[in-house]
Amino acid sequence: MAKGILVFAEQRDGKIKKVTYELLSAGKKIASQLGEEVSAVLVGKGVSSLAGGLGEYGADKVYVIENDALENYTTDAYANVVADLVKQNEPTAFLLGCSITGRDLAAQVAQKLDTGLLTDCINVMVENGQIVFTRPIYAGKAIINAAIPEARPVMATIRPNVLPVDEPQAGKSAEVINVPANIGNVRTTVKDVIRQVSARPELTEADIIVSGGRGMKGPENFKLLEDLADVLGAAVGASRACVDAGWVPLSIQVGQTGKTVSPNLYIAAGISGAIQHLAGMSSSKVIVAVNKDSEANIFKSADFGVVGDLFEVLPVLTQEIKKLKA
Amino acid sequence: MKIVALVKQTFDSEAKIALEGGKIGRQGISLIMNPYDEYAVEEALKLKEKHGGEVTVVTVGSDEATEAVRQALAMGADQGILVNPGTEDIDESTIATILAKAVSGLEYDLILGGFRAIDDGSAQVAGRVAEILNLPVVNMVTKLEADGGKAVATADIEGGSAVMEVTLPAVITAQKGLNEPRYPSMKGIMQAKKKPLKKIGLGDVSLDASQVAAKVKVLTYSLPPARAAGKIIPGEPAEAAAALAKALREEAKII
Repeated sequence: MAKGILVFAEQRDGKIKKVTYELLSAGKKIASQLGEEVSAVLVGKGVSSLAGGLGEYGADKVYVIENDALENYTTDAYANVVADLVKQNEPTAFLLGCSITGRDLAAQVAQKLDTGLLTDCINVMVENGQIVFTRPIYAGKAIINAAIPEARPVMATIRPNVLPVDEPQAGKSAEVINVPANIGNVRTTVKDVIRQVSARPELTEADIIVSGGRGMKGPENFKLLEDLADVLGAAVGASRACVDAGWVPLSIQVGQTGKTVSPNLYIAAGISGAIQHLAGMSSSKVIVAVNKDSEANIFKSADFGVVGDLFEVLPVLTQEIKKLKA
Repeated sequence: MKIVALVKQTFDSEAKIALEGGKIGRQGISLIMNPYDEYAVEEALKLKEKHGGEVTVVTVGSDEATEAVRQALAMGADQGILVNPGTEDIDESTIATILAKAVSGLEYDLILGGFRAIDDGSAQVAGRVAEILNLPVVNMVTKLEADGGKAVATADIEGGSAVMEVTLPAVITAQKGLNEPRYPSMKGIMQAKKKPLKKIGLGDVSLDASQVAAKVKVLTYSLPPARAAGKIIPGEPAEAAAALAKALREEAKII
């Protein structure tokens, strides 16, 4: 019989991704309402030292699947070992982060298990004993609540940075269970991995994002955003216009055809606020807009707006925040 | 090279969404081919131009999805297949089941699709098709080279990109940056009208409605709450910037 909430503990380079803690907190919340337990599955090479720490964030059990072949993510290897584990343990629900990895893995595992999958969810709750997920559709212009009434496990990916992380309980440990890895047939070969090295937080996990649009006028002016990001410990993003103009790489594009972000603070400089951009950032908690056009659409979504030339506003803002933080 | 491109007809991204009778209204909505699927069709055409072969476009949808297939044919695809499931009670798992059935009746070296659709953004149909057909999948590809036996794809991964080699046949999904889709030429549009477009139903791919019933059930549709009107901080730029810094610390308590 199906039992328990299973969470995919995503790690990279020996570090647990923040979304894992968000999943554990959400998992704990629904598990307690269903009277079930929470477990996590941790997959990789040399990752077992990370397992214990997941207990503090709410995992009762951690399944560790280690193998040299799991060092780099490949769809086949990860989907095989994770689907096997899910089949053996038959959880009620299996939750993953809606990261590049989580999204890729979830689709394959869901099909292997012939179950339903709700992706990019922004909330999860229990209603009448049923797990219900909330997810935006049509670029955030509509919201659905949906469930998977019969197929098991219920599967979902949860958008990073949206759900809260409960205070970790120091000293609480999880039962660690090592599971043999049955890698199976891996049909893709990783020839090369190109890492973007950056001292800044990742866009999808950042607490603060400083983002520029067409109003930046050119790549050389992104220095203004970087200076502000430095004092805030923020990530730097951009609108599609900047990417299409070749000023910045696609990897930092926020919006419908870029990344979806939900930071605590999103500062939009020189961004007009097209619906496609809003789709990627409207779930930010606080939005600040700096734009010289007082009619810019972005002001309708902004909590704080400054109508003015960003080339005058940003340097002063950077200096003032530096002073406040001193 | 025989290539299948999976496409979906979606709402235009500019569409204004409203509810009608508790569901998403379709009135006054213009429909487009999912932009990520345009990348897939373009890549299929480029490969055909390089290696020869043919491109078949496959979609699942009601009759109105014909337009998306016609567009792909006008871009240069050779033939189209539209499977009309005849029911709205479908989800990603069942769309993938239908697509896989339709594709399994074709000869193919490569299956291309967009990595996600801009309407429901679920990013799982192509992956599921790969799983059903027992093919490898590489998602979010921004560069692709393929010949008879294998493909080398550059794909987005967490924190960077990876170059992956995969034996064909395989499923490859397109990410923005893969190419610039062409516009159909007038000649292409005229030719498309004469190209084969097969419209079939579930029975034609040996499925019945019970095999494609959705596993996911939507309980409610709603519109997002409007964000409360914000505050414009007055003053000259320098003055306003200073006041903004103060508001972010004292009012929003966020820095």
